[in-house]
Amino acid sequence: MLSLDLSFYNWELFTNYILKGLVFSVQLTVFATVGGILFGTFLALMRLSGRPALVYPATFYVNTMRSIPLVMVILWFFLLIPMLIGRPIGADLSATITFIAFEAAFFSEIVRAGIQSVPKGQTYAGEALGMTYGQNMRLVVLPQAFRNMIPVFMTQTIVLFQDTSLVYAIGAYDLLKGFEIAGKNYGRPIETYILAAATYFVICFSLSKVVRKIQAKVAIIR
Amino acid sequence: MSLDLGVFCKNTLDGEVVDHCFSALFGLAQNSDPSYLDWLMKAWGWTLAVAGLGLTIALILGAVMGTLRTLPTTTSLNRWLIRISTAWVELFRNIPILVQVFLWYHVIPSFVLPLKSLPSYWLVSIALGFFTSARIAEQVRAGIQALPSGQTAAATALGLTTAQSYRYVILPMALRIIIPPLTSESMNLIKNSSVAFAVSVPELTLFAMQAQEETSKGVEIYLAVTFLYALSAFAVNRVMSQIEKRSRIPGFIVSNDASLAH
Repeated sequence: MLSLDLSFYNWELFTNYILKGLVFSVQLTVFATVGGILFGTFLALMRLSGRPALVYPATFYVNTMRSIPLVMVILWFFLLIPMLIGRPIGADLSATITFIAFEAAFFSEIVRAGIQSVPKGQTYAGEALGMTYGQNMRLVVLPQAFRNMIPVFMTQTIVLFQDTSLVYAIGAYDLLKGFEIAGKNYGRPIETYILAAATYFVICFSLSKVVRKIQAKVAIIR
Repeated sequence: MSLDLGVFCKNTLDGEVVDHCFSALFGLAQNSDPSYLDWLMKAWGWTLAVAGLGLTIALILGAVMGTLRTLPTTTSLNRWLIRISTAWVELFRNIPILVQVFLWYHVIPSFVLPLKSLPSYWLVSIALGFFTSARIAEQVRAGIQALPSGQTAAATALGLTTAQSYRYVILPMALRIIIPPLTSESMNLIKNSSVAFAVSVPELTLFAMQAQEETSKGVEIYLAVTFLYALSAFAVNRVMSQIEKRSRIPGFIVSNDASLAH
């Protein structure tokens, strides 16, 4: 039986190794959430537009992204972006672009479900008031849809935060990598993996508690 | 841009084109060196093995944990089982799969010595199985709670014990209801099995990384790997929808909406 000694995990180690990774993971999560919701909303509107020229490309994009493992998507972008722009690109930037593109597909499904959850009568009422399609979406449908979607968005963001650890595949310096390098340098790989798991757990568990609270609130409003 | 699929017929040792792309698989030219196509097929086999084993673990544990979470809070044993299964779900749901794979590979064998003799693909399968079991448990619980409470009441009125009412009334209905979300969880598991590259299981993703480096034919290699992942997930989808059709009870509407699960 092996005994654990966590006394090496101090403030100095945290600021030297972990903080940089934590900042990157959080930053990646925020960029991917904001960018993913933006592009995801466009994709969802394309799919719901009823025009084949918009519906098919968006559907193809979403289904392709959803059927490929994220690790492969990360590798694909890391391979293709330098080929397209003709010069190498850093792992950090590549990861950010990948996550925005990948999450857009998942957020678009949430937005689509959210829009469809708004009763048809709301759209009819908007039309009866003489609103255009754009006005109807912007002023009537989307505000209600987004309110319903907030808990699902947040759940997806927690999943996304966990998924950022997969940038391991291209060697970006994220939270997990920070713990791994610290473990190697201090000769304590076992302890640092446990600490990494504990860190992710605390963050994701507390966030999921918050989501549950918000869910209850949104449910009352509805 | 043109694709050079000839790369798959190349020898993995010296990069020369071999006579039979499929040499090792069909028992042809036993003495010749394997081609990239042979390697690809072997890697696919590893992916399917890891995912299959993981799915078996996930389905069994997920069904058990999900059922335990819905137990009536009548006895203190039940209350303990509910607590344990809730903790199980929270624990395995809130740690990234890659970190869990590292825990099973680097950490847990130092504490549980018998695990040291297990091959690494077993450890990855256990990690994937436990991770997915938390998600499946949530689906099972949702399925059980979606049943009208009259079902349980009827079982109690007939004098069935708790175990009997689960065995004969609740689970046969609930497990049918949750086939669509189980399908997407199973497809997720195949996709998630790609994390096995991180502990050097020679599956598709590790093949993609290594063959890309050796041949510089990244696009061709990645296309083949991506296609095989999509094909595997699609096969699971078809099998599950057959199971859903066969197990459907006439007169009961089984929900069909695709889950958004990641």
